[in-house]
Amino acid sequence: MLELNRITAGYDRRDPVVREVSLQVTAGEAVGLLGPSGCGKSTLAKVAALLHRPDAGTMTLDGTVIRGWRHRAPRELRTAVGVVFQQPRLSADPRLSLRELIAQPLRSTGRRRDVPARVAELAPLVGLSDELLERRPHAVSDGQLQRACLARALVLRPRLLICDEMTAMLDASTTAALVAVVERYRAESGAALLAVGHDRVLLERWCDRTVRWDERDTESI
Amino acid sequence: MAETALARPGRTTRRVRVVTSAVIVTVVALAVLVVPPLAQLDQQAVDLANKLDPPSLAHPFGTDDVGRDLLLRCVYGLRVSLLVGLVAALTATVIGTAIGALAGASGGWADRIVMRVVDALSSIPHLLLGIFIVAMFRPGVWPVIVSVALTHWISTARIVRSEVLSLRSRPFIDAAVSGGASRTRVIVRHLLPGVLPQAGLAAVLMVPHAMWHESALSFLGLGLPAHQASLGNLVQSARGSLLAGDWWPTLFPGLFLIVPTLALAGLAGAWRDRINPRRKSELML
Repeated sequence: MLELNRITAGYDRRDPVVREVSLQVTAGEAVGLLGPSGCGKSTLAKVAALLHRPDAGTMTLDGTVIRGWRHRAPRELRTAVGVVFQQPRLSADPRLSLRELIAQPLRSTGRRRDVPARVAELAPLVGLSDELLERRPHAVSDGQLQRACLARALVLRPRLLICDEMTAMLDASTTAALVAVVERYRAESGAALLAVGHDRVLLERWCDRTVRWDERDTESI
Repeated sequence: MAETALARPGRTTRRVRVVTSAVIVTVVALAVLVVPPLAQLDQQAVDLANKLDPPSLAHPFGTDDVGRDLLLRCVYGLRVSLLVGLVAALTATVIGTAIGALAGASGGWADRIVMRVVDALSSIPHLLLGIFIVAMFRPGVWPVIVSVALTHWISTARIVRSEVLSLRSRPFIDAAVSGGASRTRVIVRHLLPGVLPQAGLAAVLMVPHAMWHESALSFLGLGLPAHQASLGNLVQSARGSLLAGDWWPTLFPGLFLIVPTLALAGLAGAWRDRINPRRKSELML
């Protein structure tokens, strides 16, 4: 499904954040990536989500070798990966209502007609009422906003879901609710999961296997 | 605290300033829009018997060197100057926003080339560049608008580019890219709406500046044709009589230029403080 091979990536070529990291996620598998803050987990997640071009290394997604990142990646590949970011505040356009937030990927891919049906289907799943859907990000809590961000990541039915510290800003009950939504979606669609975080207990319970960042060089991941 | 009080006018003073500015701008807008169609008076009517009359009841602003009513000339002049200022400022803002957004959103070498061109252009004094542009055409309204617009998009382009650069790296842009949004969609739907308030403010702040440029060009004899009443032309044609001690043909058009443009700038400044409250704390330093 996802194969990262000796990836080197960062924001300064002379001092990369991620050095020669390899990671595999097979179809339908849930992999947890554990590591301390600032070790490069998020950068690796952005590479895997086709949002950050690595300096070196190869990546394949569903058997396709990736040749371009961000807008240089074909739209079908970009939308095959759903991403939920750590900070819902920053990952939501402040001008859009939650309904529009969830609908954006459908509109971007020319499926405007599916908007009412898909939003009506996903909103109760992630626990957002009709009233909340009309509000804008500044008028909802972090937890409510993250629910909308998860719905946005699922709206195009991705084959791989990447959750970058999805629950780091949330309380235990919201965390449980969101993890349940992800698991329900995976059970029904067979999608793979790459969950990045530093909460070992959560990731070990959630994922089929976890990988520790500091072991990644010695252990063949 | 004493320094702060000195540096920042109090809330009441600011409110008085905003209200005064709003009243002046409204009156001016009404005068400019309503007077010419309603008053069936010929602003070009020459009356050589009453030339250079001082202000009186019949002619509150006096008459000019060929006996035309100065109040009427000032209203018509302000109308032309405002039109030039508005159109030029809007055009400059559109050009600047487009160039700034494209440069900021594309990044890399495209951004570098555009910004070097901007640097090169801003190293030339813009009034000089404006004179060069109007000099290529016959005198008229459009050459002046083109000249002012082409020399004033640079600061807007800089502002918009830096705003776009800071928005571009936000995760919500990543989310849009991941959701399949094209480059154009990212710019139009997510980046431009974020910079429009700044660009709109830049446009309003530019209107007075553009009016001053129109007057400067006309004063130099390069702007509007001499028969057309514009504030610059009025001041220019009054130069001769000022030496003879006739002050009104210079004073009133001058006030007509200064008071409305300051009022407009005052309103724009209040708007800037609203959308950009950070400035307040910066000012207190």
